[in-house]
Amino acid sequence: MDLNYTPEEQAFRAEVRAFVTGHLPADISAKVKHGKRLAKDDFVRWQKILHQKGWGATMWPTKFGGTGWSAVQQHIFEEECAEAGAPLQLPFGLKMVAPVIMAFGNQAQKDHFLPRIVDGSDWWCQGYSEPGSGSDLASLKTKAENKGDHYIVNGQKTWNTLGQYADWIFCLVRTSSEGRQQEGISFLLIDMKTPGITVRPIIMNDGEHEINEVWFEDVRVPAQNLVGEENKGWTYAKFLLGHERTGIAGVGRSKAALKHLKEIARKETSAGRPMIEDARFRDRIAQVELELMALEITNMRVLSAEKEKKAPGPEASILKIKGSEIQQAIAELQMQALGHYALPWLPEALDAAWTGVPVGADYVTPLSGHYFNYRKTTIYGGSNEIQKNIIAQMILGL
Amino acid sequence: MDFNYTDEQNALRDTLSRYIAKDYPFEARRALAKSAEGFSRDHWKQFADLGLLALPFPEEFGGLSGNAVDTMLVMEAFGRGLVLEPYLATVVVAGHLIRDAGSAAQKEAILSAIAGGERMLALAHYEREARYKVSLVNTAAKQDGAGWKLSGGKGVVLGGNAADTLLVTANTGKGLSLFLVDAKSAGVAVRSYMTQDGGRAAEIALDNVAVGKDALVGPEGSALPLVERALDYGIAALCAEAVGIMAALDEATLEYLKTRKQFGQPIGRFQALQHRMVDMVIATEQARSMAMMAAVKADSPDAAERRRAISAAKTYIGQQARFVGQQAVQLHGGMGVVDELNVSHYFKRLTMIELTFGNTDHHLGLFSDTLLAA
Repeated sequence: MDLNYTPEEQAFRAEVRAFVTGHLPADISAKVKHGKRLAKDDFVRWQKILHQKGWGATMWPTKFGGTGWSAVQQHIFEEECAEAGAPLQLPFGLKMVAPVIMAFGNQAQKDHFLPRIVDGSDWWCQGYSEPGSGSDLASLKTKAENKGDHYIVNGQKTWNTLGQYADWIFCLVRTSSEGRQQEGISFLLIDMKTPGITVRPIIMNDGEHEINEVWFEDVRVPAQNLVGEENKGWTYAKFLLGHERTGIAGVGRSKAALKHLKEIARKETSAGRPMIEDARFRDRIAQVELELMALEITNMRVLSAEKEKKAPGPEASILKIKGSEIQQAIAELQMQALGHYALPWLPEALDAAWTGVPVGADYVTPLSGHYFNYRKTTIYGGSNEIQKNIIAQMILGL
Repeated sequence: MDFNYTDEQNALRDTLSRYIAKDYPFEARRALAKSAEGFSRDHWKQFADLGLLALPFPEEFGGLSGNAVDTMLVMEAFGRGLVLEPYLATVVVAGHLIRDAGSAAQKEAILSAIAGGERMLALAHYEREARYKVSLVNTAAKQDGAGWKLSGGKGVVLGGNAADTLLVTANTGKGLSLFLVDAKSAGVAVRSYMTQDGGRAAEIALDNVAVGKDALVGPEGSALPLVERALDYGIAALCAEAVGIMAALDEATLEYLKTRKQFGQPIGRFQALQHRMVDMVIATEQARSMAMMAAVKADSPDAAERRRAISAAKTYIGQQARFVGQQAVQLHGGMGVVDELNVSHYFKRLTMIELTFGNTDHHLGLFSDTLLAA
């Protein structure tokens, strides 16, 4: 056992850094570093750049166009991307629907969808939660009637992230009301341009349009868009959630956020002295750094072990719980570092084209909104309480 | 990075886990803790036979050239067994100190005697006024002919009751220096006592203790970084021991949740207790990650990097150990606070580990202060 990077891994990091800093468009990294609003095109441009290099899907096996990298290499890649201010590669296509298509989809689905995910052609979104089905996801009611060569879908999905940009949505739908509720669920891929789909924004606590409700009214979906078998969707759904949890620790991004926090704590002052010299505040930063140091190692221990097993296990729930708690703790300290300059709300300043004068320091504007927004992290992807149920049942046998 | 153990390390783990399960049962350990010496010379002999006492030493001095990860595996198993023998004091702290600072003659004489189980050592360093401040030593060494005379008082010397040889830190005019002192020397007064966790320690008074010039370990005035490094090995070992205990407490608590029935069902059916159990397991896994980091960094040649990692691990594991220990007791209900069950003994050992070689507040302060420099 050795937690030091090997010379090969150090060389790999240098290669990744050279590519990322050399090819990440400056306008995009400026937006990310200053917490400005990102446009759809910012995400897509970066995905296409990575794809051209052959790094579009670092978590995929090579036979589907991935890099086949080790857990450590992926970690290095994520760390370097976060450090450089690259936009997050959104998980909905790459880390959520793609593993399901690889594991359970037919050849035609693999051939059509996977290349379009990795090259940035298709933007995917998620149709899981419903107004009445949050943590109790299997109670979902969105109905798909089997009409032979097609399904007719009716119902409502919610907490749909960035679906306003999406080309496709993967949906859990009810195809049977017989037996246990888990046994009547199917996994459908639906073209967002299909008539009968309505996307309605939900404005978040930071004033931003990040999530949506998606309504389905007699939406006709070709039967060939069913993944795997009808009524087996719950199995695929759980498989997907395992993959989602794996990517969710966000160690690389939290390291970049912690670095930003320290920079802020050096610039913000109290009675004329930098906040970093306030031992009470500094200890709180130290505390979250300790949590992150431990998680960085736990993350790679779990991912390395999973590589050998080929699929994420319930241990990924540990990563989700700690990762989300750390993200929230850093966001909270970033806001607290500002003192009362956390109060001003200037949503117009989140626009990259804004040329006005900020209130307070130039890094202030996005931080409070980020804190409010990040309360989502312990809720989404299965709330942390649900993750604890998973660990209790799947690992501990309680 | 590599998260796998070598074949030799896996074999060591298997051997240790069999040994602890078979030869170190809780009831026998309980009796041993109450015995006059507080540990077993037979166990010590078996440690020697298993090569554990030779683990970190160079092969040329009869050792096995193991690294801090090997020591971690030993200490993790010793945590599970609540091992009483002074392995930490003799092999980990004093052994590393001689290995890193001793002359060829000192290494020749001492390391092979430790490895063979013939000699026990203890580092007599901390003093009451200094609390955890490693650099603050009032014990003085005065040149006396070719040799030295030492005077001062050392507090809570781990393994001080059984040590044949004391490694005493003292200030000469040129700074902190390290001396080998025969525990039976004239002027050495050892007051031994039992510690809260069943171990042994001693208050040691030195009154004009005469030692020869060959008693000096390393150059005069150069002991501080050497002692710090040896203590860091000790802290990494304590972190591993804590993780072994936490894992054992998790297992015991999980078993209790599955078997203890109240309200007509196993108490592990209650979500309030399930989530607490999950929090304990997460705390243990995170602590394990930090113990691994501490072991790897304990061997780092970069002192600043090493000390930052060690303080990080000691702080974090101290916090997690407190949580796991307290919750294991809580979830065992009344059975958690009685002497007859191992849970209370694990809890006490974890608590004493937290207070040894710098407590959580002390190391959080050291770690936090590194943020000023960055």
